[in-house]
Amino acid sequence: MSNNMYKQTPSQTVGPYFAYGLTSEQYLYDFKSLANNELVSIDDDSITIRGRVFDGEGNVIPDAMLEIWDNQNNLFGRFGTGTEKDKGFVFKTKKPQSIAGNAPCLSVILFMRGQLIHSYTRIYFSDEVTNATDEVLNQIDNDRRRTLIAQKKDNYYLFDIHMQGDSETVFFDI
Amino acid sequence: MSQLIYNPFDMEVHPPRLSPDYKSTILRAPTKPLVLLKQSLAELSGPVFGDFNLGEFDHDLTKNSIKNGEPLGERIVVHGTVFNENGQPIPHTLIEIWQANSCGRYVHKVDQHDAPLDPNFLGAGRCMTDENGNYKFYTIKPGAYPWGNHYNAWRPNHIHFSLFGANITNRLVTQMYFPGDPLLQHDPIFLAVPPKGRDLLISRFDLEATEPDFALGYRFDFVLRGHNATPFEKI
Ligand SMILES: [Fe+2]
Repeated sequence: MSNNMYKQTPSQTVGPYFAYGLTSEQYLYDFKSLANNELVSIDDDSITIRGRVFDGEGNVIPDAMLEIWDNQNNLFGRFGTGTEKDKGFVFKTKKPQSIAGNAPCLSVILFMRGQLIHSYTRIYFSDEVTNATDEVLNQIDNDRRRTLIAQKKDNYYLFDIHMQGDSETVFFDI
Repeated sequence: MSQLIYNPFDMEVHPPRLSPDYKSTILRAPTKPLVLLKQSLAELSGPVFGDFNLGEFDHDLTKNSIKNGEPLGERIVVHGTVFNENGQPIPHTLIEIWQANSCGRYVHKVDQHDAPLDPNFLGAGRCMTDENGNYKFYTIKPGAYPWGNHYNAWRPNHIHFSLFGANITNRLVTQMYFPGDPLLQHDPIFLAVPPKGRDLLISRFDLEATEPDFALGYRFDFVLRGHNATPFEKI
């Protein structure tokens, strides 16, 4: 239980200038990075996930940072949306397995200037039959469920994130 | 084994997602209600950074980017303890910081503020809390800087902090401010925090941590979300 002595430290925005501290190598700063966007070495098992983050007017957000966490494979990645040509993100990782009828997914933590507190979402995959039986997906209205599902393309999965609007991504309270 | 359940974000102290005085929130804050997610193993686990080889001076920003001399500005020690809401210290928490130099200029390429860069100061650092949850950085007191939120807007002196506790539920990104800063009462990012939470973001001057003839000390403790189970097990 919380009491007055140990109140949670309030969150503040990551701001626009995180790159040389949190994603230094990606942005070519001279400081070793703790994590990057290649969670596995590239081989037959690896998948690529790409996407962009959009604001309420449909503009691409070029200064967001994503962290992805795969507890099944113990993989963590971090990437800022400022260095790709399309100001998107890209991760190379492997696909987790379905467990107990629940669909494989990755946890996402999203930070950006203009967010006073980070957002949590998940990446599911369009080519998984277990999406139909997944407990979390099933608690979400049909029309919003698709915002959590990365669409399989030729050689990558597409996962766009919309902060607002009709396609607003489902964000979780965890 | 009893199931660990973490307390929710305490919205008595956290800023709301939408805070229109901080203009960038208007198009970037989610507008639909969050979907409550039952905490599962995915949320109750997280990356372990213990095996990352921290550099010798990663925690000392006065030394970790020296090219041809000492960085300019007022040397400070920033230290404290990371607790959870249960009052238990949290060891092995990764703390990353980034900040402007003493003139209020960030190394980041998009920072166009017309104040000098310091060739000997990067402004990034990191450390892990020790077995008692304690951390300590040496750095240079950051300067205030202007920003485009409104006419004549200036950010108060601050250091950005990123914390990674035992799992992703315990993630925290925040900013530490300095006592007595007159800009605090004009800063929409700081003021987005409800009154009850504001003091929690202001460090305390700490004479005991002040190092004679070297650096002023500031203390800043963190409290991460607590959980229901009382016995604390070190993983
Ligand atoms: Fe800042």
